[in-house]
Amino acid sequence: MTDAPAAPFDDPWHAQLFALTVALSDAGHFSWRDWTEAFGATLRDHGAARALDGQVLDGRGDYWNAWLATLEALLARTGAANPDEAEAVRAGWERAYLSTPHGKPVRLGD
Amino acid sequence: MPHDHHEHPHSLLPSDPALRVKALETILTRKGLVDPAALDAILDTYERKVGPHLGAQVVARAWSDPAFLGELRSDASAAIATLGISGRQGEHVVAVENTPEVHNMVVCTLCSCYPWPLLGIPPAWYKSDAYRARAVREPRKVLAEFGVTLPEGQKVRVWDSTAEVRYLVIPMRPAGTEGLGEADLAALVTRDSMIGTGLPGVPS
Repeated sequence: MTDAPAAPFDDPWHAQLFALTVALSDAGHFSWRDWTEAFGATLRDHGAARALDGQVLDGRGDYWNAWLATLEALLARTGAANPDEAEAVRAGWERAYLSTPHGKPVRLGD
Repeated sequence: MPHDHHEHPHSLLPSDPALRVKALETILTRKGLVDPAALDAILDTYERKVGPHLGAQVVARAWSDPAFLGELRSDASAAIATLGISGRQGEHVVAVENTPEVHNMVVCTLCSCYPWPLLGIPPAWYKSDAYRARAVREPRKVLAEFGVTLPEGQKVRVWDSTAEVRYLVIPMRPAGTEGLGEADLAALVTRDSMIGTGLPGVPS
């Protein structure tokens, strides 16, 4: 709750996710209005789920997890990235990290 | 980048959401749906270029230049463009001025709409459920938690941002700043004072 100059993103993936979403909207794949409505709906759902435990969503990890879930659902709906495809590529990246010696650049295998 | 000094036979595995983001990025760039150069440009803008220092310039100019204040009142997007600050397409900036009668405060109850080109990425508290829910319901209580106590006669007006309309609070110019130039004035304008959860600093 201060004015201390903070890094705009807590984690590099938050920044990547933000940039990806803005780039998709800038390129015309969805309007920002559609984005805010979809994202607002996810935040409501996640918030309602959390409320069952008497908790509320924080504006950090919870927020970006909701953002990611929204983008995944949106891309699944448009067919730009369907869930099977996204999971296969995610698993591919996981394998790549686990099989690349520490310190070497990690590259996605085929 | 954090560096790990322990012995690791393989690279550190990113978190699950980080891998999911990487997967989306891989798929979308492979399909040509996003341009990696566009991603880099967006990251550069939001990680390094935009931030509250830009909004502070606007406020300092509004305090110093009545003609600019007039433009800001009639078309804030056009007025800020004259300072070389461009908004995003489809977004309209509205400047809301604090007066002795009214204190303005901004929230986005839907998600986290915010004047990015003027203030950068919103702080975590702005994105939290607690702020989004309570700013409208009990603004004075929220303000008190930010250390802001308003005179009794000053009303609080809460503005709910949308995808299309982003609000910038123009705080009242602090007393004792008559001789200050724009740069010195801008240094008094805090991020929170432009969201309405704070007040500008006072000259030392």
